[in-house]
Amino acid sequence: MIAGISIYEILTVTSILFFIGIYGFITRKNLISVLISIELILNASVINFVVINKYLYPDMLQGVIFSIFIIAVAAAETALAVSIIINLYRQISSVEVKDTEIMKY
Amino acid sequence: MNISYIILIPLVPLAVFLLLGINSQKIKPAISGYIGVLGLSISAALSLYTAYQYFLVQGKVDGVYQTFVSKTVWMKFTETLHIDMGILIDPISVMMLVVVSIVSLMVHIYSRGYMKGDEGYTRFFAFLSLFSFSMYGLVLATNLFQIYIFWELVGVSSFLLIGYYYTKPSAVAAAKKAFIVTRFADLGFLIGILIMGYFAGTYDFQTLNNPEGSVILNWASTSFMGLSVITWALLLIFMGGAGKSAMFPLHIWLPDAMEGPTPVSALIHAATMVVAGVYLVARLFPMFYFVENGFALNIVAYVGAFSSLFAAIIAITQTDIKRVLAFSTMSQIGYMMLALGVSGYDGHEGVGYMASMFHLFTHAMFKALLFLCAGSVIHAVHSNYLKDMGGLRKYMPITNITFLIAALAIAGVPPFAGFWSKDEILVAAFEHNMLIYYVGVFVAGLTAFYMFRIYFGIFWGKEKEYEHAPHESPKSMTFPLLFLAVLSMVAGFIPFSEFVSPDKVGFEAHLNYPLAAIATSVGLLGIILAWIFYKKENSLSDRFAMAFGPFYKWTSDKFYFDEIYLFITKKILFNNVSAPLAKFDKKYVDGTMEGVGNKTVWLSGKIKGLQSGKVQDYAFSFVMGAVIIALVFIYLWTN
Amino acid sequence: MEKYIFYILSFIIIAFAVASVSSRKMLRSVIYLLFVLCGIAGIYFLIDYNFLAAIQLTVYAGGIIVLIIFSVLLVHHIEMELEMAKVSRKILTALVCSLGLGVFLYTIYNNEFVVVENQITTSTADIGGKLLSYDAGGFILPFEVVSVLLLAAMIGAIIIAKGRKLNDKNEEAL
Repeated sequence: MIAGISIYEILTVTSILFFIGIYGFITRKNLISVLISIELILNASVINFVVINKYLYPDMLQGVIFSIFIIAVAAAETALAVSIIINLYRQISSVEVKDTEIMKY
Repeated sequence: MNISYIILIPLVPLAVFLLLGINSQKIKPAISGYIGVLGLSISAALSLYTAYQYFLVQGKVDGVYQTFVSKTVWMKFTETLHIDMGILIDPISVMMLVVVSIVSLMVHIYSRGYMKGDEGYTRFFAFLSLFSFSMYGLVLATNLFQIYIFWELVGVSSFLLIGYYYTKPSAVAAAKKAFIVTRFADLGFLIGILIMGYFAGTYDFQTLNNPEGSVILNWASTSFMGLSVITWALLLIFMGGAGKSAMFPLHIWLPDAMEGPTPVSALIHAATMVVAGVYLVARLFPMFYFVENGFALNIVAYVGAFSSLFAAIIAITQTDIKRVLAFSTMSQIGYMMLALGVSGYDGHEGVGYMASMFHLFTHAMFKALLFLCAGSVIHAVHSNYLKDMGGLRKYMPITNITFLIAALAIAGVPPFAGFWSKDEILVAAFEHNMLIYYVGVFVAGLTAFYMFRIYFGIFWGKEKEYEHAPHESPKSMTFPLLFLAVLSMVAGFIPFSEFVSPDKVGFEAHLNYPLAAIATSVGLLGIILAWIFYKKENSLSDRFAMAFGPFYKWTSDKFYFDEIYLFITKKILFNNVSAPLAKFDKKYVDGTMEGVGNKTVWLSGKIKGLQSGKVQDYAFSFVMGAVIIALVFIYLWTN
Repeated sequence: MEKYIFYILSFIIIAFAVASVSSRKMLRSVIYLLFVLCGIAGIYFLIDYNFLAAIQLTVYAGGIIVLIIFSVLLVHHIEMELEMAKVSRKILTALVCSLGLGVFLYTIYNNEFVVVENQITTSTADIGGKLLSYDAGGFILPFEVVSVLLLAAMIGAIIIAKGRKLNDKNEEAL
């Protein structure tokens, strides 16, 4: 518990963080920037888990443990994404989103 | 009586068909001929065994031939209305089994010689087996729908075999003509079946034909345009039969069907398939007889009599020997129809029915023989036309003798087979309808005349110059000739009336001497006339043709029926009905469909940019959609 | 006191997040992300989840950020300026995002959270016991699954990054 801070304020902050992440995900033109935006989104949700655990169910640890799992998954995801980006750069010498749209119509 | 083995009779030819049809490229022609003959031999042996068992071992129970049925329900519509598949054994189906198997076996044996060296030899035997299978199925059918299925199957086999020489345009045209004309007739058949299903509530022959059954007793319950609906159904079913049996006015396909190989003409267009119409009427005979007091049966009689006369007249003037035989077939089938038409039901009254079946039996033998002889002649001189033949008796003694026997049989000279059956027909006609009797006698004379016209034309007269001297056909071809000739001589002595009669009781048939004498003398008169005209080449026939003038011309052009039909279809139907419909179809139906297609392509082109391949665009759409859905839910929940 | 620290942290988080998604220099963007992550770690400290905060710092700030910086340095010139999206697209996205934020906040503020007042401090031992417990409510199975996942990701990352150079054959495919 943070003295004087209600759950609403924390959730507001995480919501803002979440939508900043989404904004970045949609508008950024670079694959690494997109990856950064994804990290923001993930972190916003991790904070939510933790905060809800703390404020609503303080005698349990589910939220915390899930946060740990999310962090682990995020690490795995980042490692894979980075390897894909490096591979892609080797193949087409670019990490721009516009160069990776061969899956279009 | 155990009838389960009878299922093998159609199934063996089917197996042969599948074997030869699927492996037609792999099997050597010599072997395929043996396979075909072997398959048919098994069927023929089983058929003869069945006939022996049925007529002689089993015999009558309480004075009546029993009907054996083994069937399974295939499609069930209501409690009584269902389509079954099965086999029905009664006197006429057993008789037809014998006819089909004997003629089919003989034709198979004959074809081994006749088709030798022909391309597609294996295919030919495959189609023959398919035909045999279909014909057996038709004969053994237990209900209207099953008979219809096999009816179409024989139509298809006939189409395939007429168009066997598919590189020849005339054969292709003939095959199409036969198929289209018979299909048109079968449309009537199908409508008749459906009417029967709706108003009678059953397709089953036994239920329909039961003289005390509800269908026959209640025929008057529903009427349409002054006639009972059941009568209408019967007339439509008869239309199908008339198409298959080449009755006037649906006869135009039969002469053209002679484009097929001659064994096919012998099997399909003389002995078996074309009598399917007669068999169909005989199969439904109690209905034809009892419903509306035999109104439909009268129609059958008059159609048969007219076709018989009409075809006999045309046959006189034709110069293609196979066409003469085709018109002769049509004429003789007309005979069978008229015999059915004048038949009664009980006891001796049923002489017409019995005579019709008898004539079907004997006619199958001697007409198949005539065709096979004609095939043998054609094989020797490589021409169908009478003008290319003459004096062949020296070169082809066996063909000569067998042809003579067959011609005597069809002319009704005692003691050959045709005499007995024709006599019974004339007796039946004499007892019931004098007009039809006179027609019958006149046709008998015409038959003798045209048959001996071609006999003398082929085997007597002046020898023509042949490219290479004609010779007798090989043994595989003469054996069936001799076998059928023997049958044509003795078949008349079978006590047919004991076996086949409408009420299945059987009766004693006696020769009616005055009538027999009249018929025979008319036949002899025809033969003598032919002798005078054609024995030696002379100008007498030409002078007679001149004397008849335009009538002769009409006749030799088959009364212009082909031209009339062509005019009706091409000029009137195609121009005034089909062309506007085609235009409508193209412009509006196709136009709508194509418009839908084009618009879809156009729209897709416009919106394909949505699938940009960029995950971010998809994410944007996803987020927007999620937000909108959330807004909608919030709106709904708060209100 | 804690209240103000929270406000400061929140400000840091949001400000650097905005900077991170709008900076035109790649490396700066990553460093801004690092600040965001540190701010989040601060919030974990504030609500007494010290272990989690430590994980946040070591795994995120220490691991992931380093990984991303590596990839940035491998594929970018430091001075390269990033291409930006079209203004119309930015505005549209911003609109949709603020709409979504509105929906979120509306939902959050309309929900009655049953807050339990507490001052419990969770120790690392508690978390470890829970993670490795196989009693009811234990997390041993997901723990093992995650460890296998990490292994798979590691192998996958190596295989993918090792890659093959483009040859004539697969050039056409691209």
